[in-house]
Amino acid sequence: MEHELLEMRNISKIFPGVKALSNVDFTLRKGEIHALMGENGAGKSTLIKVLTGVYQMDGGEISVDGDKISIRSPQDAQNNGISTVYQEITLCPNLTVAENMYIGRENGVLVNHKSREKSADKILQELGIPARSTQQLGSCSLAVQQMVAIARAVDMKCKVLILDEPTSSLDDKEVNMLFKLMRDLKAQGVGIIFVTHFLEQVYEVCDRITVLRNGELVGEYLIEDLPQVELVAKMIGKDLDELSSLSEGEEKNYDNAEVFYEATNLSSSDALSFDFKIHKGEVNGFTGLLGSGRSESVRAIFGADKVTGGTVKIKGEDVKVTKPLDAMKHGIGYLAEDRKRDGIIADLSVRENIILALQVMKGFFKPISRSEAEAFADEYIKVLNIKTASRETPIGSLSGGNQQKVILARWLLTHPDYLILDEPTRGIDVGTKLEIQKLVLKLAEEGVSVTFISSEVEEMLRTCSRLIVMRDRHIVGELKGKDLNQAQVMKTIAGGES
Amino acid sequence: MKNKLKQIFKGGLGQLTIPLIAIALLVIFNLIRDPSFFSIELMHNNDGNIVLAGNLISIINGASELAVLAMGMTLVTAACGGQDISVGAMAAIAGSTFVKVLKASPSITGITVVIAFFAACVVAMLFASFNGVLVAIFKIQPMIATLILFTCGRSIAYWINGGATPTVESPIINAIGGFIPGIPVPTPVLIVIAVAIIFALAFRFTSIELFTQSVGINGSAARLNGINSTFIKLLSFIILGACVAVAGSIAVGRLGLINHETILLDIEMDAILAVAIGGNSLGGGKFKISGSIIGAYVIQMLTITLYAMKVSSTDVKAYKAIVIIILVVIGSPVIKAKFQKLMNRIKDNKRKVSVKGAE
Repeated sequence: MEHELLEMRNISKIFPGVKALSNVDFTLRKGEIHALMGENGAGKSTLIKVLTGVYQMDGGEISVDGDKISIRSPQDAQNNGISTVYQEITLCPNLTVAENMYIGRENGVLVNHKSREKSADKILQELGIPARSTQQLGSCSLAVQQMVAIARAVDMKCKVLILDEPTSSLDDKEVNMLFKLMRDLKAQGVGIIFVTHFLEQVYEVCDRITVLRNGELVGEYLIEDLPQVELVAKMIGKDLDELSSLSEGEEKNYDNAEVFYEATNLSSSDALSFDFKIHKGEVNGFTGLLGSGRSESVRAIFGADKVTGGTVKIKGEDVKVTKPLDAMKHGIGYLAEDRKRDGIIADLSVRENIILALQVMKGFFKPISRSEAEAFADEYIKVLNIKTASRETPIGSLSGGNQQKVILARWLLTHPDYLILDEPTRGIDVGTKLEIQKLVLKLAEEGVSVTFISSEVEEMLRTCSRLIVMRDRHIVGELKGKDLNQAQVMKTIAGGES
Repeated sequence: MKNKLKQIFKGGLGQLTIPLIAIALLVIFNLIRDPSFFSIELMHNNDGNIVLAGNLISIINGASELAVLAMGMTLVTAACGGQDISVGAMAAIAGSTFVKVLKASPSITGITVVIAFFAACVVAMLFASFNGVLVAIFKIQPMIATLILFTCGRSIAYWINGGATPTVESPIINAIGGFIPGIPVPTPVLIVIAVAIIFALAFRFTSIELFTQSVGINGSAARLNGINSTFIKLLSFIILGACVAVAGSIAVGRLGLINHETILLDIEMDAILAVAIGGNSLGGGKFKISGSIIGAYVIQMLTITLYAMKVSSTDVKAYKAIVIIILVVIGSPVIKAKFQKLMNRIKDNKRKVSVKGAE
């Protein structure tokens, strides 16, 4: 029987409390580019990390060229011909290209710079990489740096090359350069695993797609058998037929309501220019796959990233929102996507975390008294049903869902007119998810405008009356009324052609 | 009472546990060694004032500059996750300014002393802002940023002094470093109390504690909540600058002269140490000023104890280092975690025993 280049069978990986992978199969053939697809938390990175020896699998087996292998460390993976190029360049920018290609690979103390540079130049030339071996790596463009990382892997006689989000910081021209290199390697018989969230790129360069969802294998498909819209459906987990038959949500029309916030040509260091408005009491959503620019857009609204252009009107008046405090003073609250990094102040108590935003708005010289702060904390612990030992417990020791509720409480306490919630339900239990969705609807009834972002389209359909769809950092559609259903959302996310 | 004890144990090793235990151990050690160590007496000093005297008084008195600097250092540490190593050199600058202004006036009165102190404050705060700008705006690591003034600060003081070690003779200056007639408590101790009260009031009437901790723990989240972290970091340095001026003025008052080479020499390391012994993370974030103050007294008590044991001043540093190693290791996260585990196991065992008993 012919052996495949790489076979992973029944791979399982358990983290405390979570089954990150359960019995996943993955097969990579010689000379193929294979896309590994899935939404956040689907298990893509866990699978890659098992394969590269960063994690130890809890079950299953891996074989290369038919030989069963065990991968205990990244070194093991390399010795078995499995190389990875990560999203962030992990090379040293202040060393030369040649040094980067050979660092950590030579035994012995003596180094022959000349021969090293010579062989490096040879590989660079073979692969058509526009770099010289003596050049400092940092002086190359990101794309070239990435290609050098690939060259290093190729030179290490890798059979399996893993590219984890290699294109996320490249422009179109650079992406094409990278694709050409990938095709060349493919012709040489290297098997490439390509992880990306750019759907178009998958269809441009890949032969096969494996889709994961919630740590389970959805299936392996030839590229021509899986149109883009079906791929999206598989990633999100709904059959198209089933989706079309879903009943439409309640129709609400805000076209005649007062506009609370309106931005024209708003752009930031991370978001391309876009127009956006939201009415009083309206719940809208930004949707699109990860990396589509939905978070960057709402961050621009809040002034979280450097605002580079555009005009903003709040309640019809021209205002300047260039930093978070400006937005807060105009009644905007923002619950950040990354709770750990941008939300909680881990070592401070629940009480301090709840009053933080209000305190900032009140100002440096008007501290909220201890008794007032305790009253606020107790009130919101009760209203939002936050499960904590006491209001003095450090927020870092709470569960994810309860941390999220504390951050919600922080913004509710400021009595915002417009609340931006970026992934408020990520990584928290189902019960809390529903509570948060209900809360959003209740706020809207009270006249608060809400922007709600979630990776789970269902959640957004339940809560939003208008959905803005983004793809590749552009707004590609706006859905409301009868268009507000999963099939339509997915069609718009995937692009009109299918 | 029982509940309170329980609470303390439930919280595991509180932040103040280690410095308090250290103080307690030093007190017990000294009591065993020499029961009269802590005896305090009232006596007449050279000026004919009735004053308190004894080892305890000289410990509390001698730690004054350190305690004041430790308070400021705590804020910088909390906000920036790094330390200012130029406080000793800056104190030389502040002290020199203080003396320079005093010398410039024909006679030294209460008013001139106040003016001189404010001048020292302004100068110290300016130099501290220089450090603060490097750290807060240019994002240079605090230790590197403050290395500049650490290196050149005493030279600047030398220029201010015109190369001499000027002396000031005035009963007011003597009173700052010694005793105010009619008050038996050393003035530096009163100054420490005053500074501590100012800090307490600042914490009560501004949000500096919450904002500083937020910036130190999670700068990104603090920014998204509208906190201006550059301002907070800069502010911490400016406050430290004021503390430096206070410490420098006390030191000048003690000797009645300014020697830019020796004034508060090496005090920056003791100030950082006081912050660490006080249970504050040198990586920034949550802090307790009271811990740092206790830390300052621990260091001073240790020094005086060693002197009382007739350890030579050269050897003192070595013995001090040994005790500090022990303190720092006990307070380290690794030992704390081990201790926590042990406590949990004891608790589990107790629970098991009680469950068995119930069966």
